[in-house]
Amino acid sequence: MTFAVIVFPGSNCDHDAYHAAKHVLGQNAQFIWHKETSLKGADVVILPGGFSHGDYLRTGAIARFSPVMTAVAEFARTGGPVLGICNGFQILLESGLLPGAMLRNRDLKFHCEHVRVRVEQVDTPFTARATRGQVLELPIAHGEGNYYADPDVVRDLESSGRIVFRYCTADGEISEAANPNGSLNNIAGICSEGRNVVGLMPHPERACESVLGSADGLVLFESVIATAGAFVGQGAVRTA
Amino acid sequence: MRARVFVLLKPSVFDPQGQTIADALHSMGYETVGDVRQGKYFELELRSSSADQARSLAAEVADKLLANPVIESYRVEVDQ
Repeated sequence: MTFAVIVFPGSNCDHDAYHAAKHVLGQNAQFIWHKETSLKGADVVILPGGFSHGDYLRTGAIARFSPVMTAVAEFARTGGPVLGICNGFQILLESGLLPGAMLRNRDLKFHCEHVRVRVEQVDTPFTARATRGQVLELPIAHGEGNYYADPDVVRDLESSGRIVFRYCTADGEISEAANPNGSLNNIAGICSEGRNVVGLMPHPERACESVLGSADGLVLFESVIATAGAFVGQGAVRTA
Repeated sequence: MRARVFVLLKPSVFDPQGQTIADALHSMGYETVGDVRQGKYFELELRSSSADQARSLAAEVADKLLANPVIESYRVEVDQ
């Protein structure tokens, strides 16, 4: 399986994602510069963390207009699995591939720490190997991870089971104290209507080896490796 | 022709930066200051032949890039 890691000017977790896919999981991985217009036959697309275009204007606001995003949107439309991590999630929100927007963290601080998230849905390509209610320990590193959407959008996300990860305690309890940034309903990650596009603020790619403090992020990669083929064609015919 | 675009978080969206500035002003003794909202201000130099055309172009780029309609609203002013 080939992972495409999209590289924007200012991406800084691109090598972490490449390392996880290639060296930890033994898959093919390739970097794709944001000026490219093709994903070069990739089976999975990762929009990595970082500070694309210096976070100027709004996080992800300028990256969404990069030429490669047309190919990413087409790949997503045809059912291809897309994972947006941190700044990658922000880019997915700005591009409209996922609903909502990010605000500054409630306390205006940049949070760089390990948090716990609870897996809420296991019918996405990135959580199929997890169990519902499983608690993952993952690092976060962001100043703008305070997820916001209009109340009717949040209701729709809840009722259609599109909230994939929520910030929680070590016991899996959803509480305000476990919410690092003020996100509505403790939302740490969501998926698209077709469920193939997933975005989350925590960094699974930085938690794939126990020497890094946690290997809980592995399950996202193992899930997509195990099931990517099964999701192809869901809701749309994939031609690429 | 110059257009000015003012972008503000919608009233329904909490503005932690504005709140922090308001708190600072209150601690400085400016008790008569109420709510503070922090926004963004853009000046666009436009090669437009009329104010209407400039206003429409500024609104178009505000819709597409300068403002995020999920959380922000904007206002356009054009120099005559």
